[in-house]
Amino acid sequence: MLSTGKLRPTLGLVRRPWCASAAGIHSSGRRLHNPDEVDLFDFRYTTPFVKNLFVGKFIREQVFPFPRLNQQDYDQLQQMVDPVERFFKDDVDSAQIDTDAKIPAETLQGLKDLGLFGMQVPLEYGGLGLSNTEYARLGEITAIDGAIAVTLAAHQAIGLKGIMIAGNAEQKAKYLPKLATGEHVAAFALTEPSSGSDAASIQTRATLSDSGKHFLLNGGKIWISNGGIADVFTVFAKTEVVDSKSGEVKDKVTAFIVERSFGGITSGKPEDKLGIRGSNTCTVHFEDTPVPIENVLGEVGGGFKVAMNILNGGRFSMGSSGAGIVKKLIEQTAEHATTRTQFDRKLMEFPIIQEKFAEMALRAYAMESMAYLTAGIMDRWPGGSPDCSVEAAMVKVYSSESVWSSVSEALQVLGGLGYMKEYPYERYLRDARILMIFEGTNEILRMYIALVGMKFAGDILKEKLKELKRGNIGVILQTVRQRWGSGFGMGPSHGFVSEDRFIGDGFKAHPSLTAGAKLLEENVNNLGTMTETLLARHGKGIVEEQLVLKRVADITINMYAMTAVVSRASKAVVMGLPNYDHEVLMANTFCQKTYNENMQMFHDLGGENTDAAVQKIGKDILKTGNYIAAHPLDRTHDFDNIDVVPPQR
Amino acid sequence: MWPIFDYGRFVSIISSSDVYGVVWMRSLAQLHKMANLRVLVGVKRVIDYAVKIRVKPDNSGVVTDGVKHSMNPFCEIAMEEAVRLKEKKLAKEIIAVSCGPAQAQETIRTALAMGADRGIHVEVTGKEYENMTPLHVSKIMAKLAQDQEANLVILGKQSIDGDNNQTGQMTAALLDWPQATFASEVTKENDHLKVVREIDGGLETVKVTLPAVITADLRLNEPRYATLPNIMKAKKKKIAKHKAADFGVDLTPTLEVVGVEDPPVRQAGQKVESTEELVAKLKDSGVV
Repeated sequence: MLSTGKLRPTLGLVRRPWCASAAGIHSSGRRLHNPDEVDLFDFRYTTPFVKNLFVGKFIREQVFPFPRLNQQDYDQLQQMVDPVERFFKDDVDSAQIDTDAKIPAETLQGLKDLGLFGMQVPLEYGGLGLSNTEYARLGEITAIDGAIAVTLAAHQAIGLKGIMIAGNAEQKAKYLPKLATGEHVAAFALTEPSSGSDAASIQTRATLSDSGKHFLLNGGKIWISNGGIADVFTVFAKTEVVDSKSGEVKDKVTAFIVERSFGGITSGKPEDKLGIRGSNTCTVHFEDTPVPIENVLGEVGGGFKVAMNILNGGRFSMGSSGAGIVKKLIEQTAEHATTRTQFDRKLMEFPIIQEKFAEMALRAYAMESMAYLTAGIMDRWPGGSPDCSVEAAMVKVYSSESVWSSVSEALQVLGGLGYMKEYPYERYLRDARILMIFEGTNEILRMYIALVGMKFAGDILKEKLKELKRGNIGVILQTVRQRWGSGFGMGPSHGFVSEDRFIGDGFKAHPSLTAGAKLLEENVNNLGTMTETLLARHGKGIVEEQLVLKRVADITINMYAMTAVVSRASKAVVMGLPNYDHEVLMANTFCQKTYNENMQMFHDLGGENTDAAVQKIGKDILKTGNYIAAHPLDRTHDFDNIDVVPPQR
Repeated sequence: MWPIFDYGRFVSIISSSDVYGVVWMRSLAQLHKMANLRVLVGVKRVIDYAVKIRVKPDNSGVVTDGVKHSMNPFCEIAMEEAVRLKEKKLAKEIIAVSCGPAQAQETIRTALAMGADRGIHVEVTGKEYENMTPLHVSKIMAKLAQDQEANLVILGKQSIDGDNNQTGQMTAALLDWPQATFASEVTKENDHLKVVREIDGGLETVKVTLPAVITADLRLNEPRYATLPNIMKAKKKKIAKHKAADFGVDLTPTLEVVGVEDPPVRQAGQKVESTEELVAKLKDSGVV
């Protein structure tokens, strides 16, 4: 029985003492859509999860229990998964799409008929109105063909997202219905030859015409997915904006909805790419394209924010898409490993091969846990629209790199066969390479993650500092205790592991995950102290310390992955899902491995590291423009006499 | 006074206590405009065709727990045919029926998403479900056809788990309706249906008067995908729940499954160089 002697609560009615949402009824009497929705006015819900890690705070209520759908939505989702899976199995010839560098018209029409072009468009505009979680689930299936996945994402995750989040009622009613059915295809036009990661430096201009009724768009965009087939573009251009206070005229980015039918729009020929060859990517030129002022998306001058909001919103689904690919590859590759015999044994009996599969499975587990945790936080946030951009960025960075390494490992298991075009592995590898580049390069996202986190921590620390200066005893004692405690490696316990067999108030991890959770706790404490140390050491200059920021980002990405994995395994145990013991093993192992990586990075951050030397080497090479070291065989004339002569003893 | 009178329909309607006058009007209507069929389609939840079947260790059956299930492929074809009749304005209502445990509702939902108007779930669980045979199912289908006043019942020719190929035929017999099985083409002509059947010898074309029972064969049509928008619309369609007893059907088993085994592993063949060698080998093995 239980060590605490407490009465065991029935699993279905885990009581949350400070709100009545257990029964699905909010304290106000409102029926809750999601069984895990909680009280809006609780202070813990001021900001989503990850930023708080930077100050050593682990807000367990935001990540435990792992998000879940109610039974009705879950059943409906399962129903939707079937036809989509069948379509991709029977009617999609990925090899042909890759060879032809084109998606056949019937396949595209099939996707439109299935309803996949309007997954998140609200029901009233003819879409499916799917939540982020449901969208992520279907993303697992569409990812099986990279070109199709990118075509769909370019259309709805970024192409028409602008209209959905920043459009006014007229714009939505005018454009969304046809976009939802796929009658019109959308594209997102931001990138220019001189503006990739630096999106604010775009040069396409939109000048207000003399009549004041429309803007004239001039400029060129490159690498626009769906650029050749789109009817509706979300275009970003610089407009002159008069600052209302100072009267100064500035150039600011504005977002426009541009129809191809407006005229003056030309698309170049499709780019010949390494991967996702079936996806149409081309340049798009605008020459005096008239855009009515009603088509300004959001406010004139507010385009940059619109762009960032659009891009931030869709990133998390890369976790589930990536996991979908890796899981499928595990199955295919396992078939090879269980049948192929070498040295009189099946491949699967060799530990090196076992490690490869474990690595792939752990990464897939982490990717999907992070993706659905993020989607769940977004879906169940009281009041909607939390800023989960950092979480989404973390999912994207982790998933893109994990997919690349996992696909490479899967190819490796097959050896020479994996290298052949007959097998799909080389195509998956080529398709996966783009993941680290588009939707925000991983380098930029790492900087974003670290800087947003640091800024959050910095602001809070500034407040604390003020209080300390004022002589606020409470804060002083707290700081001392934190420092002292962390110094001994025993930081404040976040108490997110439950002591008894059942998970207490519902916001804790199951005890079987104690091993992993304790490591996570330790890392959270370490991060809290490390952030303070770094800010004290570098101050505002930390923005330039990219190698430091990179480590901080990697550490926090790992911690978010650990959180997601512990939360999900917890849910598996509590719900009694099949094979939950395997999940617990995976979760604890993942935490141990990632903890080890993190400790190495903490060590590098705290003490000596090779950063300065590495930067010098890099700078020298870039200054010269090539490899500097002399050739291994190089010699000079004068030193003939000092050839190798053993010393005379 | 009485043009060609549909005795069968007359009896079935009288037995469901309909008004006499309406019977006559209905018959006339049926004569002049057989355009409004009410179609009853049976859909069965079976293990998905792509799944590798495993026999339970105690040889009492196959493993079904945690295994992917979906609609029987022939039932999908039956459903598709019904939907096409509706699109051609020949059918006015399609009712999807399934007998089975709670999960059978998923199959009915798929049928609703394909185009059925409403569903009927006859709940049969546990041992009763495991021992259910085509005779039980056809008794339920027959009673339903009468209660629902259907004039066309379309079923798949067989299910891929039972492979019995009996339900359609038994249902027709119980209703005393004509049957057209293994249909590969169905066309409506005035007051009857012209059905092309795939039989061992080739193709046979028959005419059946309505009401009738049809069982669908593989080449009848290519079933559509249940599109996601339709799946969402299907949420609003109703599924009525019943038990077998509601139809006066006793589910006492009439068959007992004694054992289930894997098929024997296929032996490797042997290659021979000449006919003489072949004959010699055949003689040796005692076959010739």
